[in-house]
Amino acid sequence: MTWTSLNASFATPEIFLLCAACAILLIDLFVSNAKRHITYVLTLAALAVTAYLLVTNYATQPQLAFNKMFVADPIASISKLGIVLGVALVLIYGRGYAAARGLFRGELFTLTLFALLGMMVMSSAVNFLSLYVGLELLSLSLYALVALRRESVQATEAAMKYFVLGALASGMLLYGMSMVYGATQSLDVTVIAHKIVSGEANRLLTVFGLVFIVTGIGFKVGAVPFHMWVPDVYEGSPTLIAQLIGSAPKLAAFAFIIRILAQGLEGFAFDWRGMLVVLAVLSLVIGNLTAIAQTNIKRMFAYSTISHMGFLLLGILVANPIGYSAAFFYAFTYVLTAAAGFGLVMLLSREGFEGDQIADFKGLAKRSPWFAGMMLLVMFSMAGIPVFVGFFAKLAVLKAIVNLGMVWLAVVAVAMSLVGAFYYLRVVKVMYFDEPTDNTPIVAAADARIVLSLNCLLLLGMGLAPNWLLAKLAEAVQYSLLPL
Amino acid sequence: MTGKLLSLAIWLPILAGLVVLATGGDKRANVARWLSLIGALAGFLVTIPLYTGFDMLNGGMQFVELKPWIESYNINYHLGVDGISMWFVLLNSFTTLMVVLAGWQVIEQRVGQYMAAFLIMSGLINGAFIAQDAILFYCFFEAMLIPMYLIIGIWGGPNRVYASIKFFLYTLLGSLLTLVAFIYLYYQADGSFAIADFARLPLGMTAQTLILVAFFFAFAVKVPMWPVHTWLPDAHVEAPTGGSMVLAAITLKLGAYGFLRFALPIVPDACRQYAWVFVLLSLIAVVYIGLVALVQTDMKKLVAYSSISHMGFVTLGFFMFAGGTQMNSFAVEGALIQMISHGFVSAAMFFCIGVMYDRVHSRKIADYGGVANKMPIFASFLMLFAMANSGLPGTSGFVGEFSVILGAVQVNFWYAVAGATTLIFGAAYTLWMYKRVIFGDVANEHVAELTDVNKREFLVLAVLAVTVLGMGLYPKLFTDVMHVSVNDLIWHVSQSKLH
Repeated sequence: MTWTSLNASFATPEIFLLCAACAILLIDLFVSNAKRHITYVLTLAALAVTAYLLVTNYATQPQLAFNKMFVADPIASISKLGIVLGVALVLIYGRGYAAARGLFRGELFTLTLFALLGMMVMSSAVNFLSLYVGLELLSLSLYALVALRRESVQATEAAMKYFVLGALASGMLLYGMSMVYGATQSLDVTVIAHKIVSGEANRLLTVFGLVFIVTGIGFKVGAVPFHMWVPDVYEGSPTLIAQLIGSAPKLAAFAFIIRILAQGLEGFAFDWRGMLVVLAVLSLVIGNLTAIAQTNIKRMFAYSTISHMGFLLLGILVANPIGYSAAFFYAFTYVLTAAAGFGLVMLLSREGFEGDQIADFKGLAKRSPWFAGMMLLVMFSMAGIPVFVGFFAKLAVLKAIVNLGMVWLAVVAVAMSLVGAFYYLRVVKVMYFDEPTDNTPIVAAADARIVLSLNCLLLLGMGLAPNWLLAKLAEAVQYSLLPL
Repeated sequence: MTGKLLSLAIWLPILAGLVVLATGGDKRANVARWLSLIGALAGFLVTIPLYTGFDMLNGGMQFVELKPWIESYNINYHLGVDGISMWFVLLNSFTTLMVVLAGWQVIEQRVGQYMAAFLIMSGLINGAFIAQDAILFYCFFEAMLIPMYLIIGIWGGPNRVYASIKFFLYTLLGSLLTLVAFIYLYYQADGSFAIADFARLPLGMTAQTLILVAFFFAFAVKVPMWPVHTWLPDAHVEAPTGGSMVLAAITLKLGAYGFLRFALPIVPDACRQYAWVFVLLSLIAVVYIGLVALVQTDMKKLVAYSSISHMGFVTLGFFMFAGGTQMNSFAVEGALIQMISHGFVSAAMFFCIGVMYDRVHSRKIADYGGVANKMPIFASFLMLFAMANSGLPGTSGFVGEFSVILGAVQVNFWYAVAGATTLIFGAAYTLWMYKRVIFGDVANEHVAELTDVNKREFLVLAVLAVTVLGMGLYPKLFTDVMHVSVNDLIWHVSQSKLH
């Protein structure tokens, strides 16, 4: 084996990011607390360079590297760009929040960078081993990040729950993978797909493994009935970490599911479709209904995420390129929507005040008409009201479902969207119809305000002109699923 | 310019709304008022060429604009008006102008936001009437819920929060099912969202029935038909005067328009099959809701129930199939006239109640009495509108109801008899309210302090009075334009789409 046969150049962004993360880890040791912003700027710079490398290394068709452990294809490239953007937004929105709570430390940046690296590996992995390594790199970084606020009992509890349930899920996933390995004698996604098509794989054994794989995935994306950790973790972790968990990883999870289910086990699509139907319907129903009862906006976002993951799974279970690209669009736009939602929660926070109760938004339209308007955009986009991007994401998924002939599933999905509209409307109601109880001016920094406004306006802009992204993602899915 | 008229009708008010919004807080309230007046006036002026330049002999779409919007899904920015929808664009732009005038002094808080919400909504409603692509229609149809939700919730009465959420969720329920129906039709039509393609599509009876159910939920809630009407009294009562005017004059029409543009042409066989259901529900609305209106103690609620009853007449007219196959042209045109007339009359009625409410701050009939002693000019105007509301010949209210009843006689005598009771009930609840509020001795010190209408209110009332009378005396002006389009529609619906 030679260096050139590894085709390492396809992984340039990941390699750079790894080096940058290590460098920042070291540099930070020599930076005093007062000059911590140096680390912050370096981290953002590392993200910018990674994004630049992703654009210049954009893969128009699948390219294998590292002995078929790693693939560079359009799905991976676009997902990673979305993920880098999502992580950058966490750092920009969360800077003031973290600084006010003593979280503005080196660990925050290095762990975030490693989480990002994990997500990028997840997006590009085409071997059960590399998929698992990417997932664990992400998960371990996130466990530590949730516990970043050591003195907070709530954060520690959340981290513990997240870790125990996450470890359980990883175990499930590994067990399932080992079953599939037993049936196909391979960990390579493409080989597995080939063995299934040629009928060499033992069906019973593979489907048995599939159940565990789907369970593991269900845990990781927080689909009902494996969702118990989501609300506690969202509520307990610092808001910027909740944003980190709630935004970018959804895109990584999409790519992860595509690699395993669509590329690896598509031969058993009929079997996993049935499982995903159950997960999706339960997530839509339980997620939306439970969200109504929440008074904490982070918990509300948690249940709303669960329901959005239900929609994402609806797209995937269609098991054809129309469905995958719909789910891709859904995941991509959800990253931006969720980032904006958490960003607005942090905008209201200040030293000693979390601002994470729905009641804290009371009268925002009087305190800050502009940001109330922005929150309105986010809420209506999440509710799927046109002409915001959330509507087109739902339209894409519904279209794929109806194309499959499962109209009843589309009806369930829209019925639950109606329930969803209720709690999003309630946030708008609190902002616009109630009188403010707290007239403290908003203290967020200019950069966070500007980026946040752009982010929210993008939700409207992408709704007015969704064609480019829809076409781009559909094309990406089409080229990525070419046989290797 | 004529090629872009419809785009202007949509985007000019929206743009004006955004400009008004940008004027900021209430420090520059007068700037906001004048800007919105200019915006509403400009919005109305650009729709006038739709009438003057309209080709009456052409039953198809005119002033068409067609540009690709979302190519990957074959969704187009496709606009056009025919003799039916053209009237509603004019009516809407006209009503917006009245609403801006109506809220001129009354709204003191967040003036800019109030005016902007109405302007933006005006553009969105125009869009819904003009759109020829199902998804484009859906976008406008849904997006208009947002400004209306805010209008009711921010400037509404004591129970506004409940009313606004109820309004939003009720309407959303129906439209979401329609979305699924549109997507289904999209695949049946080989990947096209054009409404005209849906109308050409052959469909089996089961599919037609299910699609009709979806359409029923969307449009019946909007009309509103009995028994899904319960959001309307709440929304009307809690909404500010302008909100009630727009709701009654325009958004209800959108539901009826939906039946005409979507349900009847796309699923004609199912419509024929289940026409009796619609007739039954409409008659219940006419008779039962008319009786409900009779016992109301709140003036706004009374007019709200009278709206439901009058809209029952509209749906009655649409689903009047002679001999079970052919729509009745008297009934359809009568229903359309009724829609336009009700737009003017209900807007006027709500405005009149608003005038009294601004002075006394009560909508209870019992709090008034002898208003004529203090407000003679106002009392005369209200008399005219009350007569129009009860369908007196010579006012616009008579023409529509008379034609629908005429059509109904041709179809089924008993339909006509049941429908005609509206002339009795309508007169009963409107005139009885009029008597209790306007006539008699001055009831209390609040009424004694009343002052008659000011110039602004006089202007609004006079314009509305002229239209109501004009339409009643010379309805041909309105029917001529819609004639060809209505006949085309009737012919289209008479063709079976079953294989």
